[in-house]
Amino acid sequence: MSNCNVKIKINGEVIEKEIESRWLLSDFLRDKLGLTGTHVGCEHGVCGACTILLNGEPVRSCLMLAVQADGLEVETVESLAEEDGTFHPIQQAFANNHALQCGFCTPGFLMSVKNFMETHPELPTDDEIREAISGNLCRCTGYSNIIKAVKDAYVLKC
Amino acid sequence: MKQFVGQNVKRKEDYRLLTGSGKFVADMRIENMVEAAILRSPYAHARIRNIELSRAKNYEGVLDVIVAADLKGKVKPFTEFVEFTLPPQLEADIKPTIKKNPEPMLAEDKVTFVGQAVAIVLAEDRYVAEDALALIKIDYEPLPVVTDPYETIKEEAPVIHPELGNNIQSYFEVKVGDIDHAFRQANHILKTRIKTPRVSGNPLETRGVIAEYQERNQQLDVWSSTQVPFMVRSYLSKLVGLVEGNIRVVAPDVGGGFGPKCAVYPEEIIIPYLAMKYKRPVKWIEDRLEHMQSTRHSRDQVHDVEVAFRNDGTILGLKDQFLLDNGAHNSFALCCAYNSAAHLRGMYLIPNYDITGRIVLTNKTPNVPYRGAGRPEAVYVMDRIIYMIADKLNLDPVEVSLRNFVRPEQMPYETGIFYRDGANMILENGDYVKSLQQALKIAGYDEFRQKQEEARKQNKNIGIGLSSYIEGTGIGPFEGAAVKVDSTGHILVGVGSSPHGQSHETTLSQICADVFGVSPEQVSVRAGDTSLLPYGVGTFASRGAVTAGSAVHGASKQLKEKFLLITGEMLGVSIDDLEMYGGKVYLKNSPSKFVTLQEIAQAAKPGPRCKVPKGIEPGSSATYYFVPPTVTFSSGFHVAVVEVDKETGFVDILRYIVVHDCGRVINPKIVDGQIQGGVAQGIGGALYEEIIYDKNGQLVTGTYMDYLIPTAMEVPEVEMGHQEYLSPHNPMGIKGVGEGGAISPPAAIANAVCDAMRPLKIEINTLPISPNKLRSLIEEAERTESVLK
Repeated sequence: MSNCNVKIKINGEVIEKEIESRWLLSDFLRDKLGLTGTHVGCEHGVCGACTILLNGEPVRSCLMLAVQADGLEVETVESLAEEDGTFHPIQQAFANNHALQCGFCTPGFLMSVKNFMETHPELPTDDEIREAISGNLCRCTGYSNIIKAVKDAYVLKC
Repeated sequence: MKQFVGQNVKRKEDYRLLTGSGKFVADMRIENMVEAAILRSPYAHARIRNIELSRAKNYEGVLDVIVAADLKGKVKPFTEFVEFTLPPQLEADIKPTIKKNPEPMLAEDKVTFVGQAVAIVLAEDRYVAEDALALIKIDYEPLPVVTDPYETIKEEAPVIHPELGNNIQSYFEVKVGDIDHAFRQANHILKTRIKTPRVSGNPLETRGVIAEYQERNQQLDVWSSTQVPFMVRSYLSKLVGLVEGNIRVVAPDVGGGFGPKCAVYPEEIIIPYLAMKYKRPVKWIEDRLEHMQSTRHSRDQVHDVEVAFRNDGTILGLKDQFLLDNGAHNSFALCCAYNSAAHLRGMYLIPNYDITGRIVLTNKTPNVPYRGAGRPEAVYVMDRIIYMIADKLNLDPVEVSLRNFVRPEQMPYETGIFYRDGANMILENGDYVKSLQQALKIAGYDEFRQKQEEARKQNKNIGIGLSSYIEGTGIGPFEGAAVKVDSTGHILVGVGSSPHGQSHETTLSQICADVFGVSPEQVSVRAGDTSLLPYGVGTFASRGAVTAGSAVHGASKQLKEKFLLITGEMLGVSIDDLEMYGGKVYLKNSPSKFVTLQEIAQAAKPGPRCKVPKGIEPGSSATYYFVPPTVTFSSGFHVAVVEVDKETGFVDILRYIVVHDCGRVINPKIVDGQIQGGVAQGIGGALYEEIIYDKNGQLVTGTYMDYLIPTAMEVPEVEMGHQEYLSPHNPMGIKGVGEGGAISPPAAIANAVCDAMRPLKIEINTLPISPNKLRSLIEEAERTESVLK
């Protein structure tokens, strides 16, 4: 197997590592760096559980190789809370609104919503929120509390 | 004093799950572990002529490759899950035929469905293991395939398991009243075929197992993404021949279950066995493609139903012959099939009833109970029948329902049959008329009829559809809880019921907190670990709150009693002079005199200072097993309001209303969450989801591109109303709620779509209501109409 050196800024820290070039970014984050908050639900890019931010944009970490992230910046769910453990407003809003049950898909939603809120600073409509999270599957909640949580997050961040 | 039961206490589970610090099986790594990958059959039915492993075994980084021959004499096959065998009185009543249908751990000389496990590679990591899978060569001789339930019962069908004689694995019949007499008295008889297709529960976390064996004490630790860790432990012990006490099975954070994780799977037996054999921890994580193929599917019932009724809509009798296509194996006895038979009449009186069920085998993935477990299929039949009767008599379906309900004054109502737990099936309480009226009021039913008329004039097709369900919840045989107060005064609760999103840590701490009069913060609940209690059952069948909730309540009360006795000894008073609140025991009428839980726990320690009265074991803990006398019946009404695009066949859900009774509500937000999530799954079954096999037994819907799970765009916010008729079968009056949301959507939505198309007469008696299917029904109805004109 061919190996490559990568240098990726992950959750604010620069990581340099030699890795097999065929490793998926999701596997690299989880198995090599222990960042297991990013979950793998389908490994074919539909469920969105593995969503991370790459230079601020949401991407499926199961659909790209770790080497493709070389020189770029990655944010995972582990980056959201404050250092003292205080929730990010999106996390707080999810907890306030019972927006998660089993919690497996949740990290992917949080990362999608983070990007959405950054790119849509004004309070969106329900339909806009539905569309924004339509790339993330949740099998437990039926989504309505996630939509409430996103609206609540807009209130909390002010 | 503040009560926490009934309050929206925030979930204790959320912090770890929101920060990425939860622990699912796939998140675990153990030093020196190897990873497994599984080769699965590409054929639905084939003989295995030869397996060539040498290239795979010699591949760098591979520890070994295991096939069926390696397990011979070491690991026994599954026969049946004894947990699902029928109680003797039920067996004597319905005299079923149930053939034993052993399932091998790995396919030996033949495969019987696509996705069946054939070989396992153990390697340094999953990438290497998958490389090696590609190097295994298997010579298959394809055999004739049968995938249709009607084909498989024909005499000329290829027999999948020759030892069974044919492909009919089980048969039973349930009879009430005099069906022939009822049919002779009827003004009308209606006959139809109604089908609920095969679907897959699809929790977002796939299955996965890690096992580690410690030779020094023969301890086998297994972590599995399961709903039933005690069942996994039991079968590991039985099938591998291990001392049960040496096995610990843990379900860590589990990413959804819904039923598919309520079985024991071959991987949960083989992976631990291999960890013992190779003396290295072994990890196997299923990928989604494997999940679609090999994790058990569900539903897949076809009902041929006849109903006899009067001119006024009163139903006199119902006959039903149904097939449940269980795929290649059935280890669950009559579970879903009997549930369908027991629940089919639902809230309706129907004094004469005759139903026969056959569980048949085909070359498809075996089935498992999935959220609702036979009830969505039954409700779909019954509520379509109500609408078809209404159509025939030109009545509003609500009138037909009202004509046939079991009334409150008839309760407790004896249904004349046994429930699956062997008790007489009795609808204990509730008021179906009132509940329906509440649902219709929220929906604005009468105003809707006017709106519908207006819409029709503008060529818009909007419709309203109803469905009702009853559900036997909280099935036994038992569930336990161990409650203890530690030396710091903190309360620890261990339960046998194993959660996967249901919020046990929160709701059960609310129950315990109220008994001691403390905050739920002072209570920690642990679950999903066989080391917590000697016996446990699991979380499925809407039983968690009823059984584990009652167990926690019972154990907490016992410990409270013991603490009062200890306090009496400490203060030298009678327990009649004591009362407990706010986590302290007070001398009645002297509120300045009290002892704390911490002090009592210390006084409970064995030794010379022990204050536990003579004759009672020292210690600050109590264990209690709740054994329900029988199930308790939840019920509900669903109303769907839809718009159909006649040109494209697309269905848009405009509103969705649920009114339900789940007895005492422990945490309203969590209950509402269960309903909303259940409805989302029901909408999937109604409009989008179907597992499809082609005639060669190849799975056509094997990815999330083909198997459509509803997204936020398809699921409306459910409008809810609550009824609270307390259960008489447990001390807190709880009824189960986990499945109810998923039971009625197919019927409610199908009825709404038929209603939207009126006066065009279409009958949606098969699911999902996909645009192409609906378009063909509309075209056919239009053709028939023009011929009649």
